[in-house]
Amino acid sequence: MQIAHFTERPVRWLPEDEILKNRAYFAVSNRFFDAEQAADDYNYYLDEACYCEELGFDGVALNEHHGNPFCMGNVMNVEAAILARTTSRVKIILIGNPLPVIKHPLRMAEELATIDLISRGRLITGWVRGAGSEQFFNNANPAYNREMFNEAHDFIIQAWTRPGPWRYEGKHFHYRHVNPWALPYQKPHPPMWIPGVLSPETVRWCAEHRYPYIGLGTALGPTCDLWDIYAEEAQQHGYQAGPENFGYLIPTFVAETEDKAQELGKGFVFGGGQNAFSRPEHTLPPGYNSKAAIQRLAKQPGGSWLGVNRAKLMQARSGGNPDGVDYEAVRQKLYAGYERVQQNLQVIVGTPRTVIPKIKTLLQVLRPGIFIFFNVQGQVSNADRLTSIRLMAEEVSPAIREYAKEIDLPDPYERPPGSVKVQAETQRLPVVDRDPLAALGLV
Amino acid sequence: MARWGEEIIQVGGTDLVLVRGGSGPPVLILHDELGYTGWMQWNEALAAERQMLIPLQPGFGKTPRLEWLRSYRDLAGFYARMLRELRLTPIDVIGFSAGGFVAAEMAAADPQMFQHLILVAPMGLKPTTGEIFDFLAVTIRSHLLATVANPEIPEFGQIYGGEMTPEQFERFEDARTETARLGWEPFMYNPSLGYLLEGVQDLPTLLVWGQEDGVVPRGCITAYQKAIPAAQVAEIPGVGHRPEIENGAEFVRLLKTFLAS
Repeated sequence: MQIAHFTERPVRWLPEDEILKNRAYFAVSNRFFDAEQAADDYNYYLDEACYCEELGFDGVALNEHHGNPFCMGNVMNVEAAILARTTSRVKIILIGNPLPVIKHPLRMAEELATIDLISRGRLITGWVRGAGSEQFFNNANPAYNREMFNEAHDFIIQAWTRPGPWRYEGKHFHYRHVNPWALPYQKPHPPMWIPGVLSPETVRWCAEHRYPYIGLGTALGPTCDLWDIYAEEAQQHGYQAGPENFGYLIPTFVAETEDKAQELGKGFVFGGGQNAFSRPEHTLPPGYNSKAAIQRLAKQPGGSWLGVNRAKLMQARSGGNPDGVDYEAVRQKLYAGYERVQQNLQVIVGTPRTVIPKIKTLLQVLRPGIFIFFNVQGQVSNADRLTSIRLMAEEVSPAIREYAKEIDLPDPYERPPGSVKVQAETQRLPVVDRDPLAALGLV
Repeated sequence: MARWGEEIIQVGGTDLVLVRGGSGPPVLILHDELGYTGWMQWNEALAAERQMLIPLQPGFGKTPRLEWLRSYRDLAGFYARMLRELRLTPIDVIGFSAGGFVAAEMAAADPQMFQHLILVAPMGLKPTTGEIFDFLAVTIRSHLLATVANPEIPEFGQIYGGEMTPEQFERFEDARTETARLGWEPFMYNPSLGYLLEGVQDLPTLLVWGQEDGVVPRGCITAYQKAIPAAQVAEIPGVGHRPEIENGAEFVRLLKTFLAS
């Protein structure tokens, strides 16, 4: 079992009403940006990662988003480079670099190789397509997102493994002279873990490449379905998927008392939480989703937000007056959802004693070899964040490691993904255990 | 009601779906970035005098997507090939919005392809002032609303008034996706088009613009006027980006007058 820490590095000084008024984090004006606060927080979040190393976490995970106070990681590789130097043992897990929106895979190959070299081989590099909103922020054509993701990935592998100089003429990228003089420390290249929010296309792609797939706090039932898709695809490629192929990241906050944990854990729904990452028009730009995904969306009963009817048209035209909205009522609605996500085990909050059984249930159902704690969002103090991390390391993690051994959850270092062969005609082994879902009311 | 229907023609190995309706000398009609709306009153009003040829853009649901199309200039080249192979040149052309962009690219490449060039709220040039509305950064609903000054007009309701079926939703997404492929950056214009249009002479050109247009600013019309100083401009008050349905009578009057010139 690999246990890692993750935080979005939230902006903690933005008034919640500004997010509610905007109906999302993305596109809140940066006129609220405070350089002094940001300087403090960038340094603090780096210190938080170092503290995780001291406490014995296996890894610290970073991500990046753009134009969004939900996450201060805008250029994750810069933070990773600092951690490469200031830490000495912990793995640096990038989940992940948004290849299609960065649009420069050669530069990416150089940056990541540099991080791997400085850290002497502690980099785990993941890739993402970039959120829908980032297609706008970075002016990346959403209709070519998947193509650019695939091409950039394939190019980076080549740039790391094929001696140069050579020339590259692809569809979206072109390089006259590929010959980077920064190559990864790890051979043939750093391991790759791919985070996602349940795109079947990405899951199949991961299975094909034998990359562990990390579910980002995804609902348990659908996550089980996706794990099965991964395992089916894995079998087509001749191997049995297992815990080494799966990771799970889950919002978790721990405090000394239940009351305190519950109060501060509300940070996960601050401003609407992850559901308020971006407004629908920014979440699904044209062409960002596959044709199959669009067909699924189109068939949703009752019409989606994309649906057009006369009443909706008229309603949209009238605009809606932001000043007429009762934000207190909106807030109460949001916080009512806080209990529901805890019941569904999509957010874990409590004391070590109360969270351990819940995490064990997650491990039993999903059987991941990688488990990543997502530290709290919202305006929680440094001291309370650090307490949660300490309790997680000292009290929760040992119990989890023990349980992982008991139910046999090897991680990708203990058993390389794709190393267990299986014949196509053989019945594959189950990769999930749905039994507890019924008791949780999640079937 | 005039006779009209869909047919499939072969252009370079592609099954291009073409709507053909009306009778008389042919006129090429290039639809906008949301796709062909169906046979409207203005089509009917023109049908007694002109045969309308309306190719359905590749990737918009009916004509298959062409992988190699990466820009509106590519699409213009494809339609130019269609005209050559159908031996339709010279022909009159009416291009709406992004369809106007395509028509302008075709004219810039070979003005002799056309007898009359009618651009209705055309994209394609960077506006001298203002911005082309970023309709890819809004939902379909907001996009549709932005196209008309008054959504109460009957034909707007006829096109978009009902609950959207999954098939319609998919077609809109197809259209918006293909539009992103061709026009994402720079957004819905080509920096070299204005220079190439400066070489276009002796092609009667009409620029139509609704004074309440919320999608294409007046600055686009000004940019076209700079490139083609001889172009006529017809501004229609009280209408938005779809003068053909918002004030069909005036729109058709303008068309007929100009095409007869």
